[in-house]
Amino acid sequence: MPEVEAHTQPAGLAHQFGDLEQQQGAATLGIWVFLVTEIMFFGGLFASYAIYRWLYFAAFEGGSHILDIRLGASNTIDLLASSLTMALSVRSAQTGNRKATVAFLIATVILGGIFLGIKAVEYDQKFVEHIVPGLDWSPEGNILARLAPGGLEHAQIYFFFYFAMTGLHATHMIVGMGLLLWLVLRARKGIFTPSYFAPVEVVGLYWHFVDIVWIFLFPLLYLIGGRY
Amino acid sequence: MSTATLEPRVHAPRNYLNADYGIRSWLFTLDHKRIALLYLVSITFFFVIGGSFAVLMRIHLTEPQGALVQPETYNKLFTLHGIVMIFFFLIPSIPAVLGNFLVPLMIGARDLAFPRLNLLSWYIFIVGGLFTLYSAIGGGVDTGWTFYTPYSSTYSNTQVTAVAVGVFITGFSSILTGLNFIVTIHKMRAPGLTWFRMPLFLWAMYATSIIMTLGTPVLAITIFLLALEHLFHVGIFSPALGGDPLLFQHLFWFYSHPAVYIMILPAMGVVSEIIACFARKRIFGYKVVGFSSVAIAVLGFLVWGHHMFVTGQSVYAGLIFSLLSFLVAIPSAIKVFNWTSTLYKGSISYDAPMLYALGFIGLFTMGGLTGLFLASLATDVHLNGTYFIVAHFHYIMVGGAVMGYLGGIHFWWPKISGRKYPNAWAALAAAIVFVGFNLTFFPQFILGYLGMPRRYAFYPAEFQVLNVMSSAGATILGVGYLIPLIYLIWSMRYGPVAEPNPWGATGLEWKTPSPPPTENFAEIPVVEEEAYAYSAEETAGA
Amino acid sequence: MHNLPFQPDQASTIARSVDSLYFFLTAITLFFTGLIFLTIFYFMIKYRRRSPDERPRAIEGSVPLEVLWTAIPTFLVAVVFVWGSTLYFENSEAPKGSLEIFVTGKQWMWKAQHPEGQREINELHVPLGRPVKLTMTSEDVIHDFFVPAFRVKKDVLPGRYTSLWFEPTQVGTFHLFCAQYCGAFHAGMIGSIVVEEPDAYESWLAGGTPGESIEQAGAKIYQQSGCGTCHVDDGTGLGPTLLGLYGQPVHLTTGETVTADEAYIRESILLPKAKIVAGYSPIMPSFQGQLTEEQLNNLVAYLRALGKEQPKPKEAGKP
Repeated sequence: MPEVEAHTQPAGLAHQFGDLEQQQGAATLGIWVFLVTEIMFFGGLFASYAIYRWLYFAAFEGGSHILDIRLGASNTIDLLASSLTMALSVRSAQTGNRKATVAFLIATVILGGIFLGIKAVEYDQKFVEHIVPGLDWSPEGNILARLAPGGLEHAQIYFFFYFAMTGLHATHMIVGMGLLLWLVLRARKGIFTPSYFAPVEVVGLYWHFVDIVWIFLFPLLYLIGGRY
Repeated sequence: MSTATLEPRVHAPRNYLNADYGIRSWLFTLDHKRIALLYLVSITFFFVIGGSFAVLMRIHLTEPQGALVQPETYNKLFTLHGIVMIFFFLIPSIPAVLGNFLVPLMIGARDLAFPRLNLLSWYIFIVGGLFTLYSAIGGGVDTGWTFYTPYSSTYSNTQVTAVAVGVFITGFSSILTGLNFIVTIHKMRAPGLTWFRMPLFLWAMYATSIIMTLGTPVLAITIFLLALEHLFHVGIFSPALGGDPLLFQHLFWFYSHPAVYIMILPAMGVVSEIIACFARKRIFGYKVVGFSSVAIAVLGFLVWGHHMFVTGQSVYAGLIFSLLSFLVAIPSAIKVFNWTSTLYKGSISYDAPMLYALGFIGLFTMGGLTGLFLASLATDVHLNGTYFIVAHFHYIMVGGAVMGYLGGIHFWWPKISGRKYPNAWAALAAAIVFVGFNLTFFPQFILGYLGMPRRYAFYPAEFQVLNVMSSAGATILGVGYLIPLIYLIWSMRYGPVAEPNPWGATGLEWKTPSPPPTENFAEIPVVEEEAYAYSAEETAGA
Repeated sequence: MHNLPFQPDQASTIARSVDSLYFFLTAITLFFTGLIFLTIFYFMIKYRRRSPDERPRAIEGSVPLEVLWTAIPTFLVAVVFVWGSTLYFENSEAPKGSLEIFVTGKQWMWKAQHPEGQREINELHVPLGRPVKLTMTSEDVIHDFFVPAFRVKKDVLPGRYTSLWFEPTQVGTFHLFCAQYCGAFHAGMIGSIVVEEPDAYESWLAGGTPGESIEQAGAKIYQQSGCGTCHVDDGTGLGPTLLGLYGQPVHLTTGETVTADEAYIRESILLPKAKIVAGYSPIMPSFQGQLTEEQLNNLVAYLRALGKEQPKPKEAGKP
């Protein structure tokens, strides 16, 4: 493989790579390895969730029924849509369509913002209902009546998982939105071309991963047991 | 065509060390070789800190009632000794210093796949280290490096959160290093460098990287949950909150057992390189040794329950973990036999790196075999929680990993620094380390069998003699570690200038000048020979 | 008695067999360490470099050798695995008729409750030649009950019971250590196991504060807490009968079947909603926080005794 002399390096080729194809291959493998580490990271949390759900199903069911399924479903649709706009933005970069790339990236950011907004509303609701473990835990009235049968202690564990899992997910989304904004700035300058769009693809994969985590979170947290 | 240029040495030629001067050229470097040196300095610093805690502990334990500190302080000493040595010395040591320096050179690349991630790794390491230092200075931590709940989450009033944050952050340093190595080894091997032509050090780095990337995230989430529990008094690990302390142990050991393979596999890789070079023979059973590294990495994820045999877990779970723990010993045994066989009909020289490598084989064999006592359920019941465990893991981590690290430093020092060190002092230090080490830790096997538990700030008088022996050994060991620190630093200024290949070793790194230029290779080499092409037939055509 | 200088007393029925396995492992360790050391030493000398240009012939490897040194270690570890597991299994269940003693660990002391009501702190008197089963729990963090001379050890956890058993074979006083780090005075959480001849043990028992047995104490707690209101003996009450319950399978509302051991009984008192017996409603109140660990142990002991009585005739469905 002929090595590339410094003064004829293609734009965007880092010095340690022989050609753009090798660089793209490395970036793609890199993001996949990173996503596997993220799977292991969330995996520990999901495994713990599974154990406690098996042990204290009644409490988990009771807690789950307190969540607003409409907000959860809206967030699910919102994120799926954002994955679509993200994929379209990658496609646009791949075909060299600068305007479309930027537009779809911005659309993804907006959809991400909507998700976080809905999440903020949900979190606020939990404070109003006093079901935030560690910070404000004193359920009363109707909420208390629904949580008591499963055991309040175990309901607290359910809500601990609710906040830990959605909180970690939201943190990943915020990081993702930062990455998207950075991509918007670069895309506007026309940096991405059909031969160099790895950053868009890499952030795209990350965004899809965050979306998939939510696809798991939604049924695990919002859809426990029967509702009808 | 492979390059072996050696420019006439009139002035020091441009190399990665003198390419640029000033602190900014070091702190903002993207050169994997400079990053390796940043790590070298940092982990040496932490080794001195962790080692100082150990010295204080061994002085304290010369008297049954404790000679030096209050029990609360002793508890903090052993906790921080463990945390600093494991997370801030052993885990990074070979991968972050030797791996960072050598992986691009050995595969014939100009740098790792992601140089900026590499630098970020180091900064993350430093930030994590600062949090940990803060926790040490700000009162210390007394939970043991294992952080068992509910003591650590609910009862301890020491700096648990600070150190948890420190360990959490540092974990990402490990993950990014592993990620970098995996991508580099997959995507950037020079033309002709097939997987089975790679030096075994690269196989070891690859296997280690698998563990670093897959295991460390589980530690991260576990520590994260622990910190939440400690801070907000909610969580899943304390019975008082409806949680399960054994869940913490499962999650913790799911990482921390594979972590010990992060610590030993790189040292095994170093030993393969050294034995081949100083016996002038290809490692016997090259493919078997390579596959054994991967097998150890994979099997290592399946045995964590052997830390929990006496927790009251199901006897059937115990059976499975015991069986798997025995199986993971087999690939290590195979490696020891292969290394030994490499010496057969070799041409053996006794330079310092070889002494460290041979010391490794002997001490690792003992440490590994004492692991069988612990994999076996009936004996583990008696030995768990005693000094037998302490002795076992120090044989592997100090007698094994640290000796492998020192051997590697001595082997590649001429390449890294461009200088040679006095072999006589190096051999003497290796011998002192070997003697001091055995005197420190062998008595601990006996202490453990007699029943002395670990983590005791004071102990029944009948255990004193063995404790004093151990402390005497620790003094000798400390001296043994100080000596290389002195002559290696001395060599950077006064040591003889090193040629590109002072040991006559194979491997692409030895085809560059000592020290190498920043870009490693003027031309990317093309590899046409097998690894360890030491034989007469293979060197004839060179 | 000490067999070897660096050996703890062999003071229980299992000590000798554990030591045999230990010595076998020591022999393997010494053998292979010696083998490797000597082989390396021999090769180092015999094949030392004699001239700077020496180039040995390449040897790739040898499949027969690889097979040999894979098979032999595999065989050896298989032997050790079977040996160790068998021993462990044999020793895992306390024999029937064991003397049952409750142990509670707390920072930083051990408390023991004999069935006759005798209590001890940091000491445990037991009779020679009779198996003793300890049912243990912690009041705070994880501890570990370790008696080197008996070769027994088990973690002691808060919120649940663990158990270990031993049968002493020697009269004497033996170390008891806490072997799971538990905070500032972990090293001070030590005590003694005092093994006495059966008559000496009996007189020790009698000589202490006369009082009620733990089952009697438990019966009082049972009455004071009003358990019998729901747990009617003939099974017609709001709660299931407790006669003949101990050790039997229990069918739950979830479809699962569990065994009514000490852990189940204890959990049912503290977290009654965790497992509901099939056919009953989740209306039992929790007694968490109302009973000390010792009271809980007494109550469990009483229920255990109740459990061993023959059940009175009642509705069908239970064994």
